[in-house]
Amino acid sequence: MDALQRPTSPHLQIYKLPLTALLSITHRGTGVALAAGGLLLCYWLVALASGPDAFATANALFGSWPGRVVLFACSFGLCFHLCNGVRHLFWDLGIGFELKTSEKTSWWVLWGSAGLTVLIWVVAAAMRS
Amino acid sequence: MQYRSPLANVRGLGSAKSGTHHWWMQRLTALALIPLTLWVIFVLAELPALEYTQAVIMIGSPWVAIPILLFLSVGFYHGAIGLQVVIEDYVADEAQRLVVLLLMYAVMTVQGVVSVFSLLKVAL
Repeated sequence: MDALQRPTSPHLQIYKLPLTALLSITHRGTGVALAAGGLLLCYWLVALASGPDAFATANALFGSWPGRVVLFACSFGLCFHLCNGVRHLFWDLGIGFELKTSEKTSWWVLWGSAGLTVLIWVVAAAMRS
Repeated sequence: MQYRSPLANVRGLGSAKSGTHHWWMQRLTALALIPLTLWVIFVLAELPALEYTQAVIMIGSPWVAIPILLFLSVGFYHGAIGLQVVIEDYVADEAQRLVVLLLMYAVMTVQGVVSVFSLLKVAL
């Protein structure tokens, strides 16, 4: 028997998600992405243990432009997950739940993640020279 | 007074079984990962630029190897229990859920062991 086409409650196409909600799903998304990114780290460590040739190949892969894009995305994901994670820990202590505070800290998380990502890449570039 | 029947008690039904433990371990590993990640990410940023022999020497240092080892083990555990929550949320069928969870834990465990083994092989 077919399901009847019952009216559904308004959902994502109707409501505009608050920033905190967007950050919340992004926190989950970056978490899953980082778990997948762990495979990259694992591959790189295996390459290191496999000898100079494998290591050079791995570095060449990560140093290529698509590789760098992936690494940049991974690093931003990591920084975002870290900054938002810190906010979660404060929430666990009961701090910062008020609506206004939560909106403010959402922007702190976004700017903090961007800043930390840039810092990492700047320091990495500086260490190469 | 126990409100669960003996069978429910044995099967671990009713409450979230060991839900509190999961919640706490997630927070504990998260806290540990804050300094670990910050340390490791700056170390990892430097390594690809080095020659192989230099990289091996750097990894051999306990100040580098031990934080990375901690980052790997704590990080993969944190990721695994996090993914467990995600899988439990999105996979409805109980049998499928079990299979996906087992696969996930298998992959995360193997990843963890392989990366720790590789690091030790280089560092020691």
